Order: sequence, then C-alpha cells, then structure tokens
Amino acid sequence: MSRLNRDQLVQLAKSEITEISAQDLKQRLQAGEKLTVVDVRERDEFVQGYIPDATFIPRGYLELQIEQHQADRDKPIVVYCAGGVRSALAARNLKEMGYSNVISLIGGFNGWKNAGLNFKIPTVLSEDQRIRYSRHTMLNDVGEAGQIKLLESKVLLIGAGGLGSPAAMYLAAAGVGTLGIVDFDTVDVSNLQRQLLHGYKDVGRPKVDSARDRIKDINTDVKVIGYREPITSHNALEIIKEYDLVINGSDNFPTRYLVNDACQFLKKPLVDGSIFMFEGQITVYQPRDEAAGIAGGPCYRCLYPDPPPPGEVPSCAEAGVLGVLPGIVGSGQAIEAIKLILGIGEPLVGRLLMIDTLDMTFRTLKVQRNPECPVCGDHPTVTKLIDYEQFCGMPSLTGAAQHGHIPELVAA
Amino acid sequence: MATVLVPTPLRRLTGGQSKLTVDGGDIGALIQTINQQYPGIAEKILDDEGNVKRFINVFVNDDEIRTLQGLATPVKASDRISIVPAMAGGQARILGGHS
Repeated sequence: MSRLNRDQLVQLAKSEITEISAQDLKQRLQAGEKLTVVDVRERDEFVQGYIPDATFIPRGYLELQIEQHQADRDKPIVVYCAGGVRSALAARNLKEMGYSNVISLIGGFNGWKNAGLNFKIPTVLSEDQRIRYSRHTMLNDVGEAGQIKLLESKVLLIGAGGLGSPAAMYLAAAGVGTLGIVDFDTVDVSNLQRQLLHGYKDVGRPKVDSARDRIKDINTDVKVIGYREPITSHNALEIIKEYDLVINGSDNFPTRYLVNDACQFLKKPLVDGSIFMFEGQITVYQPRDEAAGIAGGPCYRCLYPDPPPPGEVPSCAEAGVLGVLPGIVGSGQAIEAIKLILGIGEPLVGRLLMIDTLDMTFRTLKVQRNPECPVCGDHPTVTKLIDYEQFCGMPSLTGAAQHGHIPELVAA
Repeated sequence: MATVLVPTPLRRLTGGQSKLTVDGGDIGALIQTINQQYPGIAEKILDDEGNVKRFINVFVNDDEIRTLQGLATPVKASDRISIVPAMAGGQARILGGHS
C-alpha cells in the first residue's frame, strides 16, 4: 500500500474525478439539467447557507446515505464542501461505489458565494429540537426535513374528548407546530375515564383550557389555538381554512356532516374516527383537487348519504364506550394525519378501518367515491353549508331561528 | 355457510352474538334468513322499500354491495359479510347538546 501525504492524496483524488466551476454549475442548473447536488460539509457550516436544492449529507454519512438520494450509478452527482478539498475526496469515495459521473465543485460553497451566486439559509432544528425529535429524524421517511414539515404544519381537532385527547397529545409530542381545538364543553368527572387531556383538577374548566395546559406541558414548540364555541355553518369555513387538515372526533351526526362538507369545499383532508362501545372506525376523506394533482377518494356522504333518524343509532352517552378504545382510534387518526403531512405511506383514503376490540380484529373495507354524491359527486347539488341539525332531523339550535339563516333542503 | 359480522348496535337483536353463520343465495335472502332467527334485524338494515338504509353499508368481503350487485349480490360459503352503520361517537359535544 502506497503512503501518501495529505497533498498527494488530494492530488490523486482530483486526478480521478471531474471538477466544475461555480459558474458552470450555475449554468447547468439554470438550463434545467437534473443534477443531484450534495453538500458534504458539517452541520455548523450548512446552517449558514447552502446552494439551493442541494441535499445535505455530511461526508461522514455520504456513502451510507447517498443511495437514498441517487441510486442510479450513471446519473451525475455534484458534491461540494467549503473549499473543494473534502468534496474531491468525497467524490472519489462515490466513484468507489460505482458512481461514474461524480463532479466536485471547485472552490466549494465559498467559491459559489464569492461569485455572487444565490444561496439559501436552511430552516433547521435547534439543538433542543434535534434531541427531542431524534427518534423521528433517524427515520428515513421523516428526517430533519420531515420534522420541519411537522413543525410548520397546522392541524385542527374537532373535539377535545375521547378521540381528540390521544390525537392532540401524540401530535403535540410529534411536534405538529399548530393545533387548533374546537370544543365548547367543560370537563366533567365522567369524561376522565377516557379523555386523557383532562385531569381531576380540571373538572368544571373549559376543555380548550385544560387541553392547552396539557399540550404545553408535553411540548412548548406547539402553538395551541382554542375555539370555545360550537362549530356551525357560520364559522366552520373560517376556522377550517386556516389549517392543513382536520381530525374529526365529534360525537354527533350534524357535526360530522358539517365538517365533511366544509372540508370538501375547502379541499382539506379529513381524518375521521368514530367509536361505539368496543368498536371503532377510522378513514380519511381526501377531497379531489385536480389543480394539486390529488385524485382524492370518497367523502362521508359517499359512505352515509343520509344520517340515521334521531334515536336510531344510540350515542356513547347512552350505550357506553370502553375508555381505552378512543386511545386506539385517536392514535390511529394521529398517525394518518402525520402520514398526510409528510406524504408518506398509504393513507386510509378509500379504505375504512374497522376495529373490534372484543375479538381484537382490524379489518379494512374498500369504500368508493359515489358519482351521485351531493357534495363530491360529478354533479354536486350541495355547494354551500346547510342547516345540519335540520338535515339530521333535529330541532335547529344554530340555524334559522338564531341567525336568520335560510336553511336549504338537500336533495336526498 | 357465510360469516356475518354483526355491528355492535345490532347485537342486542342477536343475543349479543357478533358473528353469525348463515346460508343464503344472495345478500337479500341472507338478511331474511337472519331475520327469521332474530326477528327485527331486517328492519334495522332495510328501509320501507326494502333497500339498504342510506346510513348503513353492507360489504361482501372487502367490497360494498352497491359496487357489486346490491342485494342480489351472490354469497358464497367462504364469504364474510360486514354490516357497517354510521357511528357518531367521539365524546365531545360540539354542535349542540344532542348526545
């Protein structure tokens, strides 16, 4: 084995690889060439600025992680460091892996910056956040970029009860940056059997207040916006439009139809969950959004075009519910929300997950968009929010009488 | 004999049973067969005109019968029939004090 000093090794590396000037790289990128650009510097260097669209892989991880970003050995890869030395060595390492077209940037990032070329300051996790979310960021499907997406995301929870509790607590722990919570109820002792957001000391307090305290205790990164009001046809669109997606944990049919319709109109994904005694359901209603290239799936009305008549389906208050069940269903909803935010895996779009905890079976049933659906069908007949209590055959509390709103009847 | 999975709200009509094994040429016949054994169950699933109620879905294996042949969907002995009603429970009173 030959003995090389530092300069000889660098010289050898440079003789085996191709180099490119900052100006040439800029021109090739501007021409739209598909180049994989890799920043191999250390983190403290990267955070001060990087070449737009470059992937950050510190040199120590380069060989271990490059295949996740570019597996094709024949595609060009441009590597850069601060001055062009480490990147030359890094390029040689990639050649050893069979990458045939590896190019090192002459002068590195400093050369790029000094040439007056455009660079970006990355959004990165703070030191505290890197430790807090380390079990996330080590997952390839999340990573630092995914964690930042979570921190920048906004999720609205309809209800801070059985389903909303685990959903809110796990999303808070996961670092979802903004949690909106709609609930006008106060904490009752009978809630504590399953609603983990609230404690005995909270009995009598508004649920949005005890929810905020609990969430802040879990993670101060999370901004909590409480809506201590009923969600109605008058405020639903205003509230929901501020969020990326909605988690439904409501306990009544009018709210379910209202939130479904509002999410369809605003093209917001709705993660739906419901529970009854020992049984739960989870699904995702992803509205079709042609402009965004989202095919979408069915909505709540595709599954259940009409609500049951009042009294036909007993509520949990009447029939009871196993306290742990919303823990499973609400956590499942939180997972679906995170998958949707990160764009990973297969969300429960067009699939209904049925959970029976008595025999502990999880079954997935296929559900399809109904072309005749009055909201998401081919010829929608419901194009704005209606009086949902009337629709569900209940006396209107929030509709015509109180607000002078003229209710519309749905063509059923 | 096909297996019918009974949803929780209907179990009080089946004496608490969550699974029934039933013979039936198609879904319509199968519902009537169950109804003979457990009177009242058909009217929970079907409306006055004999159609599946609009807040209930009936699946043969993974597929909803509206995407198959409706109540005329044939049932094989190995099939698993799921009856899935709308459930609202989530334990929060949002819109009004109805539940």
